[in-house]
Amino acid sequence: MATTSVMGGSVRRREDPALIQGHGLYVDDLHPTGLLHIAFLRSPVARAKITNLDTAAAKATDGVVAVYTHDDVAHLGPLVAQVPIGKLRPLLAAGEVNHVGEAVAMVVAVDRYTAQDAADAIVVDYDTLPAIIDLKEAASDVQKVHDELDSNILHTWTYHGYWEALGLEDQTPEVDAAMERDDAVVVSLEMVNQRLIPVAIEPRSVVAEYNPGYSQFTVHSSTQVPHALGGAIATTFGMVAADVRVIAPEVGGGFGSKLNVYNDEILTAFAAKALGRPVKWTETRREASGSTIHGRGWIGTATLVGTADGEFLGYKLHALADMGAYSQNFTVAIPLLGLWIASGQYKMPVSWTVDCVVTNTMTADAYRGAGRPEAIYYLERIIDAYAREIGMDPFEVRKKNFWQPEEFPAVMGCGFALDSGDYPANVDKLMEKVDYPSLLKMRDDARTQGRYVGIGVGSYVEVCGFGPAILAEIGFSWSAYGLPASFNGSGLVRVNPDATVTVVIGTGPSGQGHETTWAQLVGDGLGIPVENIRVLHGDTREHPMGIGTFGSRSIAVDGTATYEATLKIKEKAAKIAAHLLEASAEDIVFENGGAHVKGSPAPRVEWEAIAKAAYQAHTSPEDVDSGLEAHTSFSPANATWPFGSHVAVVEVDPDTGNVDLLRYVGVDDCGNEINPMIVNGQIHGGIAQGVGQALFEGAVYDESGNLLTGSLLDYPLPTASDLPSFELDRTVTPTDVNPLGVKGVGEAGTIGTAHTIVNAVVDALSPLGVKHIDMPLKPRRVWEAIQEARG
Amino acid sequence: MEVAMTVNGREVSADVEPRTLLVHFLRDELRLTGTHVGCETGYCGACTVHVDGKTVKSCTMFAVQADGAAVTTIEGIASDGDLHPVQEGFWERHGLQCGFCTPGMIMSSIALLEENDNPSEDEIRHGIDGNLCRCTGYHNIVRAVEYAGAKLRGEQPPPPDWEGGE
Repeated sequence: MATTSVMGGSVRRREDPALIQGHGLYVDDLHPTGLLHIAFLRSPVARAKITNLDTAAAKATDGVVAVYTHDDVAHLGPLVAQVPIGKLRPLLAAGEVNHVGEAVAMVVAVDRYTAQDAADAIVVDYDTLPAIIDLKEAASDVQKVHDELDSNILHTWTYHGYWEALGLEDQTPEVDAAMERDDAVVVSLEMVNQRLIPVAIEPRSVVAEYNPGYSQFTVHSSTQVPHALGGAIATTFGMVAADVRVIAPEVGGGFGSKLNVYNDEILTAFAAKALGRPVKWTETRREASGSTIHGRGWIGTATLVGTADGEFLGYKLHALADMGAYSQNFTVAIPLLGLWIASGQYKMPVSWTVDCVVTNTMTADAYRGAGRPEAIYYLERIIDAYAREIGMDPFEVRKKNFWQPEEFPAVMGCGFALDSGDYPANVDKLMEKVDYPSLLKMRDDARTQGRYVGIGVGSYVEVCGFGPAILAEIGFSWSAYGLPASFNGSGLVRVNPDATVTVVIGTGPSGQGHETTWAQLVGDGLGIPVENIRVLHGDTREHPMGIGTFGSRSIAVDGTATYEATLKIKEKAAKIAAHLLEASAEDIVFENGGAHVKGSPAPRVEWEAIAKAAYQAHTSPEDVDSGLEAHTSFSPANATWPFGSHVAVVEVDPDTGNVDLLRYVGVDDCGNEINPMIVNGQIHGGIAQGVGQALFEGAVYDESGNLLTGSLLDYPLPTASDLPSFELDRTVTPTDVNPLGVKGVGEAGTIGTAHTIVNAVVDALSPLGVKHIDMPLKPRRVWEAIQEARG
Repeated sequence: MEVAMTVNGREVSADVEPRTLLVHFLRDELRLTGTHVGCETGYCGACTVHVDGKTVKSCTMFAVQADGAAVTTIEGIASDGDLHPVQEGFWERHGLQCGFCTPGMIMSSIALLEENDNPSEDEIRHGIDGNLCRCTGYHNIVRAVEYAGAKLRGEQPPPPDWEGGE
């Protein structure tokens, strides 16, 4: 049966039939004729001068076509960064290395096995230097990572000074004064928000081809941002963007790790052009762990000051954020995303400072949430500690300090306005869903039996839907890659002559189900069955402009643009229908897959007749251009600000320190929803990644800069048996930032979870006096905290 | 070395380097690219196939070790255009997002249900915990396996748990 009225419906995904039968096409599945393979030689040391680099044995290996080092590609580099603060990454190591995993040489051979053998045959002499890994040590500037930089602190973001043009007031004196009050309760904790590895299950992969006759590149890459990559390649090789076709076919997860343009993408294109043959590089898991971007990596002290009866008087954070050795894409700008939500859902003055620190480690950039999970973690953990200090229920303390519904749009101290929200209603729904009084009783009963059961409460607000054009002024754009300098959304909708619809979008899925959601959006707008709609994405030839998928922006920004394109098409279609019906366009209404005059269901014209007429000059009105398509751009006036609250229930085994996650309940609010099934799925995955950070994951470098967590054995992701089923519900507070009322949901689960879990574990161990344990809460760490508390 | 085996019911043979992994043989030689490589260490399970009826992570087996065996990959699961109940379950219950882990996850789920067609949630979670998924948090994968189990037992699958139902 044809599905037409689908907004808000859990339509099964159109993406799935290919994927569940093994017919999905990912980059590594490509095998063009004459394909060559790349292997990189990567640095085994964190900091060294390269005193000798001998590629002779590699070049002499049977099957090797070429070996490249820095001198061969120096004219193309370094890798362009969108926010070029810090040292930029050379395409291949330029006489020195600055982190384990840095690419030193590139081998191209007839197959991947031979390429790897030859890479192993390259001889490099490293004159090692002391690596600077520890964040505090790096920030002290006792020893510099890069001689040419003034300091290891690349940049400092402050709450009032991050963007001088806004002329914001420094709230630090207000927070400091509150601390001096006689009735002030001041709670302070130093906490680590550890470095994480994104771990998309599909390793990144690139296949590049160059046609010298047409002087054109075709590059397939597992990327979230094909247009940015196309722009970067065009810029690097001095070409026009139209001669660089970048295609992102199926992308096997991204989570921000595929939002960078990488040196390996540029180098694979370079090799294809230099050798005149198609060339492929697919990263190994070890490369994915050590040479694809990391995220988080903060250490900071959060301080909350409030009254004894639970009124917040101010919040302060000073943190160091690890940037790694080289700045790549947004790197230094990532903490800024946290700054905008530093005050969470609460009305209070904020003093917030984050120093961006360079170390001899892999670049840190946007991993799911990007700056926002860190900011919310510090805030929500310190709120929990404060509530415990004054003996107040964690829900009550939050409710007492929320922005109230009538205060929206709520202008925060950072200058941005929270768009819409009803935080108390959201929390009430959660408390009701978990039956909070009975939950507390269950915990307390367990405690009387000597069991360590804990309830964690956590709230969050996030900033997403990037974004407002004004953000380009502080670096959030693709202008460094030659693209227009703002993150507008774009939608291109065409009704074909047979009344099928082709939708081309500038944002593509890495699992989020864009093909289904956009078919629903357009199908609903036009009254055409979703079965007759094809959604194209991820191909720069199909669409002149695309910003890509990140920052939970797709539906709020590009979705809105697409929606507005359908309105334009309807306007034009009404003129054609009116012409066919010999009526006035103002009187045309669309219903049941066709159009008729208002109040008069017959005669009517079907979309098929309208579409045919649109493409034939003799059947369309004289004053209407031929064809039936529209391209619309959307520039939101504000970001969107989803929110929610979660509850975790855990039990800690005091003998082993093992944390068992018994229940996880979330009530989220992402505004209107197009497909609740897909929204649920996004929240599920986000929660799992938040649990991963809280309990299992952490990228660990030893003091020499060796990555100790370079495989999935050492970097444990949550498995199915580590997690419970999640209990979800929603409140719906539409935004007025866009006409769809949608806010975005890709990162919400992750932003809401890690602190909720840690709050639960601390609650479980609070009878012992445990106040904080740093993530990941692995059994040993928890056990040690228990032992320490027991003295 | 010469290697011969039956893959999805079809006899195949080739001359391969002894060190060729089964997964590379399937992907590069036979162009059966539904079996994926996610970690090369046998941990993620994206490369899971059936060898003589047992699940094997094909990145931990050499092609020559499968000489003479009957191998089934994700491409051999649907028959005559009809989806296997596990495939249907993944589609009906949104058991996949990016789809990269999905072939391996489906192969493991089929093996699980062949041993026990009425597993508890706990048994399902332990049965698939050799396969990693980064997108779904496993919630809907468990629902997909429950759906498939019901189908295989000839029962009505439980309704979906998202807002608004189907």
